[in-house]
Parts: sequence; C-alpha cells; structure tokens
Amino acid sequence: MALETLAGVISLASNEIGQSRIDAVKNDILKLFDSIEKYDDGTFYFDEKVDGVGPLATTSSVVQGLTAFASTASGRVKLPEDNILGLTKYFLSIGIPGDAKEFFNQVNSLSCLENSRVSVPLILALPATVVSLTNKDKLKVRVTTALGSRSPPLKVKLVRAFISGSKDASVIENQELIFDSEGAFHILDLLPTSIDVGKYTFVFEIVLQDSEDAKVYVTGGQTKVPVYISAIIKIENAEISVLDSDLGSVDTQKKLNLGKEDDVSLAANHLQKLRLSFQLSTPHGHAFKPHQAILKLKHEKAEHIFLVGNSGKKFQVILDFLGLVEKFFYLSGRYDIQLSIGDAVMENSFCQDLGHVELDLPEAPEKAPRPAAQPDDPFSKYGPKAEISHIFRAPEKRPSENLSLAFLALTLLPFLGFLVGLLKLGVNLKNFPSAPVPAMFAILFHVGIGSILALYALFWLKLDLFTTLKALGLLGVFVMFVGHRILSHLASTSSKLKSA
Amino acid sequence: MARSTGEDAQALFHSLRSAYAATPKNLKIIDLYVAFAVFTALIQVAYMAMVGSFPFNSFLSGILSCTGTAVLAVCLRIQVNKENKEFKDLPPERAYADFVLCNLVLHLVIMNFLG
Repeated sequence: MALETLAGVISLASNEIGQSRIDAVKNDILKLFDSIEKYDDGTFYFDEKVDGVGPLATTSSVVQGLTAFASTASGRVKLPEDNILGLTKYFLSIGIPGDAKEFFNQVNSLSCLENSRVSVPLILALPATVVSLTNKDKLKVRVTTALGSRSPPLKVKLVRAFISGSKDASVIENQELIFDSEGAFHILDLLPTSIDVGKYTFVFEIVLQDSEDAKVYVTGGQTKVPVYISAIIKIENAEISVLDSDLGSVDTQKKLNLGKEDDVSLAANHLQKLRLSFQLSTPHGHAFKPHQAILKLKHEKAEHIFLVGNSGKKFQVILDFLGLVEKFFYLSGRYDIQLSIGDAVMENSFCQDLGHVELDLPEAPEKAPRPAAQPDDPFSKYGPKAEISHIFRAPEKRPSENLSLAFLALTLLPFLGFLVGLLKLGVNLKNFPSAPVPAMFAILFHVGIGSILALYALFWLKLDLFTTLKALGLLGVFVMFVGHRILSHLASTSSKLKSA
Repeated sequence: MARSTGEDAQALFHSLRSAYAATPKNLKIIDLYVAFAVFTALIQVAYMAMVGSFPFNSFLSGILSCTGTAVLAVCLRIQVNKENKEFKDLPPERAYADFVLCNLVLHLVIMNFLG
C-alpha cells in the first residue's frame, strides 16, 4: 500500500524528486523482497498479517505498488527473476477466491504483472497432464503470458524426464518440441519406447529465440511438471481353480474373462484351496504392478478381503480353507467372489463379480467367534450413538442428625465444666484496673479479642481468606496496641506492688 | 501385700492432692483450661470413632485446635510459674500476650482448615 502511494506521489511530482530519493526507494523495495516467502513448488508470496488481511491482499498490494513505481520511475528496478515468476505463479495457483475483493486483487495483480515494465513473466502450462499411450496422445505444452496472450517466438525444450521418485537417469534427454502455430502449442511428437505407463516428472525449459526479449520477459529457468502416462492394461491368462490340498492337484478349473462378464460357480470344502491367477502387461509388453489388487469373498453374514500378491510377472492368490475356517466363522454356504484391480495409470481398472463358490465348512465348536451382527441399515453407524450415563461418586454416608446434635452438646460440656471449675477456684476480677483510662484499655482489649473470634466465626460461615486477612490485619493492629498498653500498665502496677 | 499397696496408693494420692492445693491460683486456672481442652479433644475422637472420619479435614482441625491450645497453655504455665528459674526475668504479662497471639494465629489456621 505504501509503495502504491509512493508511486502515485512520484508520478505526480516526477521531475522534481532527486535521483537519490528514487534510489533509496529502490533499496527499500529490494529489502522488502528479502522478506518474501515461498512455497515448495516455486510460488512466492508475502505473508504479513496486517489488519487481518491475508497473504493475497498483501502480495497484490505489493505487486501493484511495484508496477506503479516501475512505470513512473526512471531507471529500472532489478529484481530476481524467480521472484517475479514466483509471484505470478502464486496468483495463478490460488484458484478463484470466494471474495469479490480478493478476486479483483488477483486479476488486477496479474494484469499489472503482464503490463509491467519490470519484467513480464512467461508461464509454461500443460493443458493435459495425462497422456494415454493407448490413444496415442501427444504431450502438448503451451507458453503464454500471465493473462494468456501470446508469447514472443520461442522454443520449448524437454530437458529430461524421469520416473517420479526415482533417482535413475532420465529416460529422455534434450528433446525439442515442435511448434504447432495453429493451436499455439508445442508438441512432443515421438515418445520413445522406453517410456512406459507410470508417473513421470518432465522438466521443461523455455528458450527465447530473440535475445532482445530476454530483457523484457522472464522465463524462470526449468519447470518441473508431473505427467501421468496411462494406458489400457492387458489382462491375460486369468483363471480360477479349486485345488486339493497337499497334492495340489486340480479339482476344478475355470478360465476367466476379466474385464468382461463372468459367472463361474465352484464348490469346495474346507480341505481344499482356491487359487486365482492372472497376468498384467502394459502396451509395451512389460509386467505391470497395480496399486490395488483385491479379492473379496462375500457371505450374507460376513465378508472377507484378501490381497493378491505377485511374483514377477504372475499375480496369484491361494486361499487355504483349512487355515481360514476360523476366520470365516465356520459359516458354510454360498460366497460371492469379487475381484478389484485398479491404479491411477490403468485406464481399464475394474471391480468385477466373478461368480460364487459353495463352501462346505465344518460345524462351529462352542467357543468359536461369531461374526459381528450386520445392522439392517448400513448407514446406522452414522446415526446418533447410545447415550452415556455418567456415574458420579456416591456421596459419603453421613451420620444421623440427632447423633450429631447430641455430640455437639457433649462437646460443649467440657466448656461448662471449665467455667464451673473457674468459679470453684474462686476467680475474681480484683486485678481489673479501676482508673478510667486503663479500664477503658482493658475493656477495649477484651472487645478486640472478642471481635477477632467473631471474625473467625464469620470467616467459617461466609467470608473468604483474603477479606478475612485484611480485616484481621486491621483488628490485629488495634488489639496489639491496646493490649500492649493494658498489659504494660498491669506489669508496672504489679512491679510497683512487688517493690513496695 | 495388696492392702499395703492400696494404702500406699491412697497415701500417695492424698499427698499429691495436698501438694497441688499449694499451687498458686493462676496456675490452677491454667491447669483447668488444659484439662478442658483435652476433654474436648477426647470427645471429638469418640465421635469420629462412631461415625467415621468423612470430612477428615474438619476432624483434624478440631483435634488440632484442642491440642494446640493445650500446648500453648502449658507453655504459658511454664513461663508464668514463679518456681521456674529459667523464666525469672520474663514478666507474666508478656507470656500472656504471647499466649493470646499464638492462640489467635492457631485459630485462624484452624478456621481455614475447617472447611
């Protein structure tokens, strides 16, 4: 915001501001760009939480100020190319903000970047990042400015391509893309046979043909793009069979047509095994390992899921019913077989019913686990749960009230005994001072002590500790003063008596 | 033998009683006060034995107030007793003032703990 106003001021004042001031502003701009933050994928943004506006508003105000400044100032502001490109990518990558003001900020900033005198960023984008080998798609790349207008003449080079996540050498090196002037695309024509299905990372580089343009346009070095190469996977040699255990001899064997309709019906007892096997291969002939290969056996009361393992080229799962009898809860009957094979780059992933198998399992012993009861409504687990009633600690048993009152009376008994004893001993108040001033002090002393005891009773009944302490402080000081007076008076009279 | 022990006990008792009668009156007052405090404590213990110690802090504060004040009274008695050579120079009023102050502090703590 400050930059924008400053740019406005400069544009209005133009010639009158000295060059040194402009240089100072340029230095400040460079310092501001030191505080730029970036995400991992190369987008740059400013994230200063000023007055609750988010990073979008902050970044857009910086960009607008910068371009306004650059368009008025004489002399250029040198900024690193990455920053400009990063800022552009940030504006392009945040999608459409929900707020209209934010949307305006976004579009306005992009147009500032487009028309700026600082540097115009060029964006490399792929309309489709999924290339199908089966459909013989071609990889298309498009280079435009931030808002989509045409770029100057340039070439796009594929520097390298390698399988995502692997550190192997790249599969393609330095291939130039052919420019299709009709659609303004750059096309990668021939994919070598070494590119098979999978997830790749392609690294592109833009090479400007006109060296003059390098001053105006910013290309941003090498751009990494994740590309998925997909295809239809061939499934071969799929079969399902029931084997006699130990010997492995085949009892029944049926061929499967995975990918199309299937309905086999098998029968097995608990001494036998079920084997399912198939082979998957890519259009180039390599073995393919899908992300998911799952076999499901479904009974009306329970369902069981098994993973299909692979060894090299062949996928196979063998279910040994002897070991699985307990897992199946000893339920005999008809089990539906369902096979699911899927992957991100497999165009013909499927989840298919293969048929059913009649299983004959022995009777359940007494302690066998029962399958969990299936609720009638499969969505009932999303309904309200059972209410939890908390059990609080039962209050302690208190004695009966009469007993407590009786003991209260009993407790006061010794006090009465004390008073009686005092009387019997013949207490007197002979030492009570008769002169008015000491007498008053004596009375005040006793009143003070009595009031402190009353304060204690009030503390127990109602007050909290802090008010009590405050009142006690006051009363205590009073009592100490008065007590000191009366007791020193008594001490002096008794010492006078002794000496006399 | 039993008779002589009984007679001895009686004689001992009589002699103790007469000796006690010679003590000054203020000391007897203090002794009475100590006995009063101890009896109150005993009654509280008997109550707790009957009904259980549920509000244990209340029980403790009650017992502690009785024993605390008894202890302070004994201290007062020691300091006030003229036959006690150690505290010859301490005026009894000063000892009494200490007694009162300590009791007040004790009862503040007791009231806080009573709950």
